[in-house]
Amino acid sequence: MAATAHMTLEEIRKGLTWRKQLDKVFVLIGLSLLAICLGILAILFLDLVRDGASRFGWDFIASFPSRRAENAGILSAAVGTSLIMLVTAIVALPLGVAAAIYLEEYAPKNWFTGIIEINVTNLAGVPSIVYGLLALGLFVYIFGFGQSVLTAGLTLALLILPIVVVATRESLRAVPKAIREAAYGLGATRWEVTKDHVLPYSTGGILTGLILGLSRAIGETAPIITIGALSFIAFLPPSPVTGEFPFLNFEWLWSSFTAMPIQMFNWVSRPDQAFQANAAAAGAILLGMTLLMNGVAIYIRYRFRKKINW
Amino acid sequence: MAGDTTTQREEFPSIAITLEERTPTRANAAKATAEKLDFWYGSNHALKDINLTIPENQVTALIGPSGCGKSTFLRCFNRMHDLQPDTRYQGAITLRPENVNLVGPETDPIEVRMRIGMVFQKPNPFPKSVFENVAYGLRLRGIKNRTELAERVEKALRGAAIWDEVKNRLSDSALALSGGQMQRLCIARALATEPEILLFDEPTSALDPIATAKIEELITELRQRVTVLIVTHNMQQAARVSDFTAFMYLGELVEVDATAKIFTNPAKKATEDYITGRYG
Repeated sequence: MAATAHMTLEEIRKGLTWRKQLDKVFVLIGLSLLAICLGILAILFLDLVRDGASRFGWDFIASFPSRRAENAGILSAAVGTSLIMLVTAIVALPLGVAAAIYLEEYAPKNWFTGIIEINVTNLAGVPSIVYGLLALGLFVYIFGFGQSVLTAGLTLALLILPIVVVATRESLRAVPKAIREAAYGLGATRWEVTKDHVLPYSTGGILTGLILGLSRAIGETAPIITIGALSFIAFLPPSPVTGEFPFLNFEWLWSSFTAMPIQMFNWVSRPDQAFQANAAAAGAILLGMTLLMNGVAIYIRYRFRKKINW
Repeated sequence: MAGDTTTQREEFPSIAITLEERTPTRANAAKATAEKLDFWYGSNHALKDINLTIPENQVTALIGPSGCGKSTFLRCFNRMHDLQPDTRYQGAITLRPENVNLVGPETDPIEVRMRIGMVFQKPNPFPKSVFENVAYGLRLRGIKNRTELAERVEKALRGAAIWDEVKNRLSDSALALSGGQMQRLCIARALATEPEILLFDEPTSALDPIATAKIEELITELRQRVTVLIVTHNMQQAARVSDFTAFMYLGELVEVDATAKIFTNPAKKATEDYITGRYG
């Protein structure tokens, strides 16, 4: 008989050992690259924590800024940041989701919507200072909103709008065609399909996109400096919730404000070394807030994935 | 190991095509009639001059090789093509007794879908509870009364022969059911709104033989209440469940006749070649 065409068992085993080793090498390379990325982040975080260690504590969170480093705190900055994020979320969510629904579900697929799509994606790459300049002209001067929490919230909402739109579109698109057909097949209108099925099934992805957008916005410094955030504020905006009817108060929207990154920027640029510790501590807290928000986003995604697995 | 080739193969009994006493009564009135129906996907002429009568309360099967247009034809009946851009109908599918042209531009596709139900190739329950899946069509029709919803959901689930399996888990997610149960749930969902015609697009192609048998039995029973149009790849299935069979090829309707006639004595050579497995 002539030589058999198939490989002998020995040949197969020899080749396989080599190929499996390649597999291991790749895992090793991947793991070390991952370790470098995470390691750098961890070192940054630990460095901030170490530098700011002397300042952590309730006093730091509950105090207004002060000329004396040891008395200064982040109260007005933390409250300002929280209120700005609230405005940003309330504005960016409906606008972004509505725009995404229109583009994904309603808009005809032609060259015009193609251009809009490309532009929405490009907006995500516009330098944030440009949004700041736009907001300074539009919100501060033309609309007369002043250098307020409202202006800051709107500016950051514009900034994260493309992120929300893109994330929403992606999660809308993830709803299988078969599900839409099932609903249409029962006689649903386009809006009924959207509100009863497509939107509820993509809520996880939409919220994740919003939170990721917010965690980008929370660290933005340039645009809110441009619109005129103050760096030294020793009062809080009026409380949104009051003891009297109607229990809600919107005066805080018009209040001047400061925010965490502004406060840090201010401290870092001071010559007094003691303020550096304050900046580091505030940075660690800001980073912690971002990590917390991303954690919430991951949790929401996990919850929704568990409920809906196509 | 090498000398193992002598293992006896088990003899499979040939699948018996039972065509017993199911010769349909020609007296059944027409429920819908396709007349000179043409359909285009863009410039692709997918259906050519289809003329076919769907008899009321009977099962009509559409068979033919992949790409012959049988699913395309089926989806004309509930205007599913309208969801895609750049599709065009010409001719008519007339629904009795009002003589509405289902594919006419003057007819609202949503109105059509409220009268004609559909079960899809892959089970596609909503990621909601079993109850909500079946209730959805009723809710769309404005039924809010809880008792009425509950009654009609139960009736539909019984009609789809799945009530006993799900009656204790109506509030569980439909995604927890098995594939066959999901497909019967989808049938219940379509039945709940009491459609005049029920369309099945290869409803068992994703199911195992036992689940398939249950669905086939169900389709045979459904005939008493609803007109059924079913697309199938499986010729035994067409023979088992249908009263009439239409053979399509390359977008044209080649032949339609009583199922018994098509499978024993087709008039056209192409039909005979297909059902005897010469191509397709």
